Amino acid sequence: MLAVVQFPGSNDDRDMRFAFKSVLGAEARLVWHKDAELPGGTRAVLCPGGFSYGDYLRAGAMANHSPVMAAVKRFAEAGGPVLGVCNGFQVLCEAGLLPGALMRNHALHFVCDFPYLRVEQAVAPFASRARPGQVLRLPIKHGEGAYVADPALLAELERDGRVVLRYCDAAGVVNDAANPNGSVGNIAGVRNARGNVMGLMPHPEHAVEAGIGGTDGVVLLGSLADAVAAGWSA
Amino acid sequence: MSTDPPVDLALAFEHGLTEGEWDDIVAILGRTPSFPELGIFSVMWAEHCSYKSSKVYLKRLPTEGPRVIEGPGENAGVVSIGDGLAVVFKIESHNHPSFIEPKQGAGTGVGGILRDVFTMGARPIASLDSLRFGPLEDPKHRYLLQGVVDGIGGYGNPVGVATVGGETWFHECYRGNILVNAFNLGLVEEQGVFRARASGVGNPVIYAGSKTGRDGIHGASLLASAEFDEGSEAKRPTVQVGDPFTEKCLIEACLELMKTDAVVGIQDMGAAGLTCSSFEMAGAAGNGIDLDLDRVPQRESGMTPYELLLSESQERMLLVARAGEEDRVFEIFRRWDLDAAVVGTVTSSGRMKVRWHGETVVDIPVAPVAQSSPELERPVSEPVALRERQKLDLAAVPPEDDLGGALEALLDAPNLASKAWVWRQYDQLVQGGTIAGPGGDAALVRITREDGTPTRKAVALAVDCNPRWCSLDPYVGAQAAVAEAARNVACTGATPLALTNCLNFGNPEKPEIMWEFAEATRGLGDAARVFETPVVSGNVSFYNETSGRAIYPTPTIAMVGLLEDWERHAVSHFTAANLAVVLLGETREELGGSEWLALRREREAGCPPAVDLDHERCLHALLAEGVGAGHVLTAHDVADGGLAVALAECAMTGPERIGAEIALADRLRPDALLFGESTGRVIVATDAAHEVLALAKRHGVPAREIGVTGGARLVIGPAAGASWIDTAVERLHRAWSDALPRRLAAAGGGH
Repeated sequence: MLAVVQFPGSNDDRDMRFAFKSVLGAEARLVWHKDAELPGGTRAVLCPGGFSYGDYLRAGAMANHSPVMAAVKRFAEAGGPVLGVCNGFQVLCEAGLLPGALMRNHALHFVCDFPYLRVEQAVAPFASRARPGQVLRLPIKHGEGAYVADPALLAELERDGRVVLRYCDAAGVVNDAANPNGSVGNIAGVRNARGNVMGLMPHPEHAVEAGIGGTDGVVLLGSLADAVAAGWSA
Repeated sequence: MSTDPPVDLALAFEHGLTEGEWDDIVAILGRTPSFPELGIFSVMWAEHCSYKSSKVYLKRLPTEGPRVIEGPGENAGVVSIGDGLAVVFKIESHNHPSFIEPKQGAGTGVGGILRDVFTMGARPIASLDSLRFGPLEDPKHRYLLQGVVDGIGGYGNPVGVATVGGETWFHECYRGNILVNAFNLGLVEEQGVFRARASGVGNPVIYAGSKTGRDGIHGASLLASAEFDEGSEAKRPTVQVGDPFTEKCLIEACLELMKTDAVVGIQDMGAAGLTCSSFEMAGAAGNGIDLDLDRVPQRESGMTPYELLLSESQERMLLVARAGEEDRVFEIFRRWDLDAAVVGTVTSSGRMKVRWHGETVVDIPVAPVAQSSPELERPVSEPVALRERQKLDLAAVPPEDDLGGALEALLDAPNLASKAWVWRQYDQLVQGGTIAGPGGDAALVRITREDGTPTRKAVALAVDCNPRWCSLDPYVGAQAAVAEAARNVACTGATPLALTNCLNFGNPEKPEIMWEFAEATRGLGDAARVFETPVVSGNVSFYNETSGRAIYPTPTIAMVGLLEDWERHAVSHFTAANLAVVLLGETREELGGSEWLALRREREAGCPPAVDLDHERCLHALLAEGVGAGHVLTAHDVADGGLAVALAECAMTGPERIGAEIALADRLRPDALLFGESTGRVIVATDAAHEVLALAKRHGVPAREIGVTGGARLVIGPAAGASWIDTAVERLHRAWSDALPRRLAAAGGGH
């Protein structure tokens, strides 16, 4: 069972559940932010998009102090897969489960668009269904999606192959023109050193049906569903 | 004891009441009103809440139909889409507040329309916005555009409702009064519709949501029901401040609560706050309410009864619960960390009695205030200059000598240019139903049940109005607005079901303005009757006038259509090369009121193009059948800028740019053929031209094959091999997509 964390300001929580239940046929359940424990049988945790507690402060800052996040941290420390999307990515950075931070987009506007993304690490549990270098098209919708990391951290991420997704053009070329928010190194998704926690700004849950955003999101979410089915753990 | 000022006729005038209304108040009460009572009458009888000038015309609109579950009078209209499901929708203005404080004004406009929808038990799923500004050369209007867009995104994005479409239009007439019209549509089970009724004597009246503060007092009366002048900036304190996070929690808590049987009636506290909501709920049930103001959750201390009753603090709901169910109600609001308190009781007295600090400060019979508000038959007269403006001798209008240049200039004009700068700032996708978002003829949203089960159905949504046409002929202009909105919906393959309108006009006390209103509502009603698309909700915004200058009449129409199988829909751009291009409808020599005439000849004159409602209906049926059969792949409405602009849009707005070669043999002058705005036309691209032409014939719609898609250029000429326009699609796209960003960037933002 996949647990989808529901903060009061989560917006894509039901879409995430829909992607797993209705498209991938995997069991997914919403877990309330005031719950101090994850339900028994949780095999993966998803932190969805939205505005956690309104995010009038720094995005995701308050969510870090919620009861459920203590349980998510324990789950991650035990090696369970945790995926944060958009606001979920911001929350995981604030919680210290992922390095770096997400700042305001360089254009200072919220941006909703369908950029291309290159898969840099086609490995379990988040991208095993992808081919290395595969170009995906997934929507973004955020005001604070500029990934920042200091040079030392950036070098470490690159060296250890922890950059999972990068913004690119349709041909897979990574360049400034393809960077929608000013993220360092065009980084759209990173994982932790153990490889069991990942965050990304694009929304795979909004690209799971042909005709409604396309099906490229299935590559990522399907990988996680496969990992859960196989009992994956770091 | 509060220190209320003495109440007399002079104070009533300050509240915007007339002497006649003052006499009525004294007659109803049998005494002089208290200060809070005067405040209540002034807001309930203000134009914004009472519709006193418009009621007589609104009554003539068609509001019923087999699918209509709830028409005007409730918070929003409710229309069945079959299989036990219904959509709830409405459009509403937030013009004056947005001019005074664009970000908060527009944001709270979104918040207000969302509350109107979820109050009915529906989950809000899609929003549209219709925006009008002054010219972008004016730094104030660049600031207003940026602030309004920031406000709509800043509220709609966090609250988790997709903004899927809209329109943005610029004109000199909006320099002193911008328009911000916000539309929302929600989904509800037909059995789960809630109404604003204070039923059941003895039932508790419960307040929920944000605490009450001193913001927005007299927003509806002094701000929305009076003209602007030089001193309007001083009205900024009457603008409310929004909190989308609280609204999001309120939506979820109310929807959760409405799944139980604990709630009898529910109403949001919008315009005129606690006063309007309690009067409306009591009035609808024929009951009275006893309110205790000391129990109202308050943001600041020392608030007077007057302030508590008239505050327009946002994100507040008033509900009547079944007696004994209070704890269940509180438990749900607590779960979402929202304030909730019992503030009163439903009574059989038929009176609103309000207590504060142990004394009765208000005691008013409900019915005369809620239901017998004034109804005026204001004088009407046709504007004297109108006939003169309608005169246009085309023979005296120099023909366009650079047809290709004119097309590029039109695509670069702010009114026709890409609005991507606007809608890229909105979450268009949340809730996972967006099949077609902003930028096409109509948005298309797949319907998913509240429990997460997807259906085959989709709703098509479009919002339209051409104010220039309405200014030249409000009757035809309003018909055209309904026709265009319906045509846009039909272009997806959907069938138009029902509409909502936001009627934006100047000062109704002027006979010319009232004439425009009378004519526009007549045109709107006639079109809605022919299309069998009843008017199920709406809003009137008068006094869009500054220092005596009124806006053009702007009756904004939002049309809702239904597509039974969402996978069978058309798009508004070319999808492949080698498709036949078919033009449906007839092109006449109509350049009156066109964008070309305004831009290239700097004239706003003539009669707007004629509207043939019966033809439009045939077009709807033809498109539904052609799209359903899979023959019509592209269907795009020919509107502002005419045929050439519509063809350019087909070529450049898809994921790939696909050109076309078009031959338009005709007797008309080329500029009228290319840029005239004859109504009732649709460009179709098809791989089954024969079937489409046969279908058109069967539906009685004129149709002819005019060319073929393909290549990187848009070539339009009188015949194959000769061209009026021959331009790279990429070049057209650049002109069209750079137009807004260039104007906004060159000026450095304008803050």
